Amino acid sequence: MTLLAVENLSKVFGGVHAVEDLSFAVTPGTIHSIIGPNGAGKTTLFNLITGIYTPTSGRVRFAGADVTGQRPFQLARLGMSRTFQNLQIFFNMSALENVMVGHHLHLDRRFLPSLLRLPQVVASDRACRATATALMEFVGLSRYVGAQAAAMPYGALKRLEIARALAAKPRLLLLDEPAAGLNATESREIDEVIQRVAESGVTVVLVEHDMKMVMGISDHVLVLDYGRKLAEGTPAEVRANAEVVAAYLGAPA
Amino acid sequence: MKAVLGTPRFGGLGLLALIVGLAPLAFPNAYFYDVAVNALFNAVVCVGLNLLIGYGGQISLGHAGFFALGAYGSALLTGRLGLPPLAALAASAAAVGVLALVVGRPILKLKGHYLAMATLGIGIIIHIVLKTESALTGGPDGLSVDSFSLLNFTVTSDRQWYWIGGGLLLISVWLALNIVDSPMGRALRAVHGSEIGAEVVGVDTTRYKVFMFVISAVFASVVGSLFAHKNAFITPDIGSFFRSIEMVTMVVLGGMASTFGAVIGAVILTLLPQLLAAFEDYEAMVLGGIMMGTMIFMPKGLLPSLLLLWARQRETAP
Repeated sequence: MTLLAVENLSKVFGGVHAVEDLSFAVTPGTIHSIIGPNGAGKTTLFNLITGIYTPTSGRVRFAGADVTGQRPFQLARLGMSRTFQNLQIFFNMSALENVMVGHHLHLDRRFLPSLLRLPQVVASDRACRATATALMEFVGLSRYVGAQAAAMPYGALKRLEIARALAAKPRLLLLDEPAAGLNATESREIDEVIQRVAESGVTVVLVEHDMKMVMGISDHVLVLDYGRKLAEGTPAEVRANAEVVAAYLGAPA
Repeated sequence: MKAVLGTPRFGGLGLLALIVGLAPLAFPNAYFYDVAVNALFNAVVCVGLNLLIGYGGQISLGHAGFFALGAYGSALLTGRLGLPPLAALAASAAAVGVLALVVGRPILKLKGHYLAMATLGIGIIIHIVLKTESALTGGPDGLSVDSFSLLNFTVTSDRQWYWIGGGLLLISVWLALNIVDSPMGRALRAVHGSEIGAEVVGVDTTRYKVFMFVISAVFASVVGSLFAHKNAFITPDIGSFFRSIEMVTMVVLGGMASTFGAVIGAVILTLLPQLLAAFEDYEAMVLGGIMMGTMIFMPKGLLPSLLLLWARQRETAP
């Protein structure tokens, strides 16, 4: 059984093969990590899966349906959400509103009731506010519930993106370097958040350079190099792979 | 109770109603009603335009075109076809809405300067059509318009127009506040913040941009219709490029993403030329100087900058 299947996926940027003939599958309920040197095509792969780029060739299947070439908001409706390596926060809004936008698909969005602010819209908004507050607590941002997004530190914004993505109630959550730029303590906290997300039944695909985190929490690891699959398997298998050690991990100190 | 009054919806609307209600007491003469009606009309257009520009982050340099279409639509439907003014207003607004939808879909895929150019083009095309289709529109000579009437009541004086404009402004501010604070409004603001961030949580960004383009065009059209009846005479120049720029300037000056800011911007820029008349030949220079000064020292616009200043004052005060 697979939730996400990538089949012979390729993306060419002006002669450069950012992703080349890549295939893999993600089992529901697992944490699936993608690692590799800088420029290996990890973020491009994320952008291909989530509909931001259109693949040059190959297919993406999500929950059994072919979703190749669908736009990100259509994929979100099917239950896919993500965070970004370079933050995509709504800095013109409050932290709570950022998470409330994440809940967009599950709200009463009809025009006339919104325009006239009928009681059901007020009620739905109040419920949304409560959900968003609970999600901010879940990712450890209780103290920023009343804050403007623009006034929050980098580490907190990383978690705010996770809360926003979770508000969309995804079945599959793709996290692009959630620990990048964080110190050791913050990394560990993110680590815990990701594990709690996985325990709540959301399948996680993770791109990360923090090897301690990847090896500690992943069920499955995929190693990319120059856009191609270098190796795949459990953390222990990957760590033992000579090619992976040469290309990325380096010899143990 | 205090919390309720402090929210923009009740506190701000109440204050606005009070100002609209009491302002005529300060009018020195009947001519002032005429200026005040123009200020109210501009304010309604800006409240609509601010949804698109201020909240959605999408520029339009063609809204005077939609305003003019509303005006000409009403003039022709009442004058030639004998439709009741309210029906003509609604029909014009619906037609403008459909037009905005049809042109909005392709052009709102553009961003920044390209979007500005495309909307500019729409405004200019409308202006040229109104000017050259003289058999229908009277061309540059203009067109006279019947007065506005509803059932047996005919609006004749500027004083009556003032109360109509005031009522319309309160309704549009209320609607705008509702939109901004709804899932729809949050999605729109999210588009401004990060389009891609909004897409990945399921916001169909194109849809919301087009939608607000249509809403703001309908606001402009409705006001255009009323303006035509009030002025009794319209020329294609109400849809000129300079009018579009003026509308955008009002929104930016008053404060982007602030409904009350848009109202303030519209009122100030309508009244300033009157107040600066004493400078005679230098009027335009003084006006330009004030606008440059505001943008340099208050880049967020008047109202948001002042509110920020006030908040800081309160924080530092013991």
